[in-house]
Amino acid sequence: MGAFGYVAPGSLDEALTVLSEHASLGKRAQVLAGGTDLLVQMRGLDREPRTIVDIKKLAETNRVDIGAQEVFIGAAVPSAVLNENQALVDLYPGLLEAADLIGSTQIQGRATLGGNLCNASPAGDSIPAMIAAGAVCVIAGSGGTRELPVEDFVTGVGTNALGADEFLVGLKLPAPGPGTADAYLRFIPRTEMDIAVAGCGVSVTLDGSGKCTAARVGIGAVAPRALLVPAAAEALIGSTLDDAALQAAGEACSAAASPITDKRGTDVYRRKVVGVLCRRAAAIARDRARQA
Amino acid sequence: MAEAVDYKVIGTSPIRPDGVDKVTGRAQYGADLNLPNMIYGRVLRSPHAHARIKRIDTSRAEAMKGVYSVVSGKDFPEAEHGEIGGEGGGDISDLAKNIMARDKVLYHGHPVAAVAARSQRVAEEALAAIEVEYEVLTPVLDLDTAMASDAPLVDENCYTKNLPEKPDKPSNIAAVMQLGRGDVDQGFEQADVIVEGEYRIPAAHQGYIEPHACIANTNESGQSTVWCCTQGHFEFRAMTAKVLNMNVADLKFVASEIGGGFGGKTVVYLEPVAVLLSRKAHRPVKMMMTREEVFRATGPASGTHIKVKVGARKDGTITAATAWMAYEAGAFAGAPMGPGAMSVFAPYDLENFKVEAFDVLVNKPKVAAYRAPGAPQSMHAMECALDELARKLGMDPIDLRLKNAADEGTQAPYGPKFPAIGLKACLNAAKNHPNYTKPLPEGAGRGIAVGFWFNVGMQSSAEVHINENGTVTVVEGNPDIGGSRASMCLMAAETLGVPYEQVRAIIGDTESTGFSNVTGGSRTTFATGMAVVRACEDIIAQCRARAAATWGVDEDQVLWEDGQATPAPGVNADVKPLSLADIAANAAKTGGPLLGRASLNAQGAGASFSVNIADVQVDRETGKVDVLGFTAIQDAGRAIHKAYVEGQMQGGAAQGLGWALNEEYIYDANGVMQNAGFLDYRIPVASDLPMIDCEIVEVPNPSHPYGVRGVGETPIVAPLAATANAVRDAVGIRIHDLPLSPPRIVAAIDAAGS
Repeated sequence: MGAFGYVAPGSLDEALTVLSEHASLGKRAQVLAGGTDLLVQMRGLDREPRTIVDIKKLAETNRVDIGAQEVFIGAAVPSAVLNENQALVDLYPGLLEAADLIGSTQIQGRATLGGNLCNASPAGDSIPAMIAAGAVCVIAGSGGTRELPVEDFVTGVGTNALGADEFLVGLKLPAPGPGTADAYLRFIPRTEMDIAVAGCGVSVTLDGSGKCTAARVGIGAVAPRALLVPAAAEALIGSTLDDAALQAAGEACSAAASPITDKRGTDVYRRKVVGVLCRRAAAIARDRARQA
Repeated sequence: MAEAVDYKVIGTSPIRPDGVDKVTGRAQYGADLNLPNMIYGRVLRSPHAHARIKRIDTSRAEAMKGVYSVVSGKDFPEAEHGEIGGEGGGDISDLAKNIMARDKVLYHGHPVAAVAARSQRVAEEALAAIEVEYEVLTPVLDLDTAMASDAPLVDENCYTKNLPEKPDKPSNIAAVMQLGRGDVDQGFEQADVIVEGEYRIPAAHQGYIEPHACIANTNESGQSTVWCCTQGHFEFRAMTAKVLNMNVADLKFVASEIGGGFGGKTVVYLEPVAVLLSRKAHRPVKMMMTREEVFRATGPASGTHIKVKVGARKDGTITAATAWMAYEAGAFAGAPMGPGAMSVFAPYDLENFKVEAFDVLVNKPKVAAYRAPGAPQSMHAMECALDELARKLGMDPIDLRLKNAADEGTQAPYGPKFPAIGLKACLNAAKNHPNYTKPLPEGAGRGIAVGFWFNVGMQSSAEVHINENGTVTVVEGNPDIGGSRASMCLMAAETLGVPYEQVRAIIGDTESTGFSNVTGGSRTTFATGMAVVRACEDIIAQCRARAAATWGVDEDQVLWEDGQATPAPGVNADVKPLSLADIAANAAKTGGPLLGRASLNAQGAGASFSVNIADVQVDRETGKVDVLGFTAIQDAGRAIHKAYVEGQMQGGAAQGLGWALNEEYIYDANGVMQNAGFLDYRIPVASDLPMIDCEIVEVPNPSHPYGVRGVGETPIVAPLAATANAVRDAVGIRIHDLPLSPPRIVAAIDAAGS
């Protein structure tokens, strides 16, 4: 591991001051939440010196707030803590499933949704699930706070929309209304301890007659970044989420994908499997929505 | 089957003497030792798969603060040619060049220089300061390319061995081998049914959890002590001596605990480098590989391309079989094509067969032994072909094998006649096993396959010390990989007639016990166990002599029963039996301490056969294979420690399932491995596997005092084909190549559907 400085600001303003000072001097600063990606990178390829800005000591990044209209999840809350929050699990079973898939049990004691998003891996499991759930990033910067939908946050492989003087404070999600539920599925060759070959998050809303009135579909690991797939949502909306609608949504996901061939799978395979996952995840979300 | 013998402790499953330290973290593995003034060695590795080294300049690294020594190829003596010996094949000169490249680098990750510095970080900075100028050459990365007549050459001085005439031009085919009997053309003419198949399996790593690590400490008179994780410290000493042109007496090797080897820790990589760095630095040098280095530069099992053809009559009798098999050796000759060729048809009594095998150089790391080296690949091909044959004949796959099974007296394809073997017993056990007839869930598939391994004997030494209170210390020279300390204690306890708890086993270093070959070839419980039994018999003879002297009777009037000397029936002596503790307490008065010894070159290692049953469910849309059930049946001769025999069977099944389903070396076009880590080199995780059911069959080996056959290697042989045959059964398509990864299965299903 290379040399590094470490600061753990006690307030949001203090954190922003450290970041903007570094930015103005052209010095490198990097935000640390759980560190499950960052520490691995520092031990591996990227050993250049930097200042680590630990945001785990901030009240705002540790906050979980379940409101009637809106839910807030702080960027430094570990997956394990989220999954112990039954109210949250009941509201977003799909998103929480995704959070539960990141790494091992030990890793989940540290890993955060915020970190998974900022790391901006094409295969980050929680990102398509957050997209499906309609999550919005709350970003603090020296110029004030701004918001950005998750699907617009990741800009490419390992890159995101944060400026050098900004950091992710947390995620804002619309509270699911009646008849709304989500689901997330990923494909890995093993049962656990693996990285998505393809992933798909689906959120649907059913009316009293069982007709789908709203839907969001996010896909991961099949493009340089996780994508919102409006065409898949359109295939679901207006239907009763019957087999034909699920099939059409799956095909829309396959069409939206632009996968690569690498050690984890071929492009042909990934394109096919993301469609399968969409169909299956949509069916799970539908069955949950019928209970919701 | 031999008569049942009533043993007291053999066949039980007590906890291992080394167990507590291993589960509490106290046990000292390769990287755990630290010495005063110790510094750290790191290796600079080639960024090219094939290149000529034009220049190495280490001057900047040598001048750096905190750098104590730097070595490269020029610092190593010219190594002589000669067989490495032990489990891995090859030549000492090649071994030397594998440890440190000389004029050429032959794979991505090949060592070109090494430094020792005060910290890992300084050592890494020093590596970055070494300048190497390369002339990049075209890499040879697969068997087809390597075997083509116009292929670029991995080694311009490699001429194919074993051809009828010495070839006039060099080749990547380092050696060929042929094996056969009868007339295969005639045999195929007699066949009613013929099946043919072509099978490719990529290289797979042993995947031991502990990366290679060592410390070398060289003094000013040139003597070195090396602590390392190894399967055989005596052979590591021999190899290091040869590579560095040293006297073995100037080298002492101490084996640490070992976190897995599976054959991969039978050759040296770091140790000679550490000795050289330490000699130059005048300090102890510790070297530890990263996982990435383990993948890029230590021996995997050979990637293979194998074709088999089998003909049979309608009743299932095999009339002829042929096999053509090419094995990747990596950068230096010595792929296990020999054992591959000799095992492919070993389970069957064949009149007509022919095998051709090729040892092929490619620009990849030199292969190393991996449990039953060579056999999983070749037997996968044959056992898949037999599955196809059984389908064509409409025969139960176990019945087909029983019809052709080798038995006592059958001449093995590799020459000798089999003594008592357990193949038929295993096949019958499989047929009668409830798991073979249990109904499968909808869409699931079942497959079976036979496994085999020769097993070896080789040299072992053992000493048995009787402590003053009658407790027993066994000293042997084989690192304990799979619970061998416990097995040695059980055999000693049984022979001496004392409780297991009264016996402890230690593994002596190269200066404190006699020579022993590696823990490999499934030989330790067999050969070293035999030495321990003989050393205990030596003790018993001494105890009887001392009791005779004490009682004033002849030695032949003293028996050894239940751990004590007793007068023979009819001996007119009014004496109380003398226990081992009694004799030990009086040792000073009867001739001094009790020390038993034995050394031997064990003969008659009995072959071990197995039958595996795999049940799988395949997701036809994603290609994911779920292993629903797996049953391992194997002849252990005699299970000394039942739970550790089962552990070997389960471990081999787990590794074989990994090889069958997901494990593979993936290279880019430049010969750079793309998955040099456990994230993308997918060994199974615990939740991938079902409980592996074990049934131990016991057909005692007549050459061992307790009937032991080696059990460590056979378990990995059958899972490949058993799994492939189960997948065939589930999806209705024969997929010839491994691994049966999800993309491969989906591609096969899609191709069959279109």
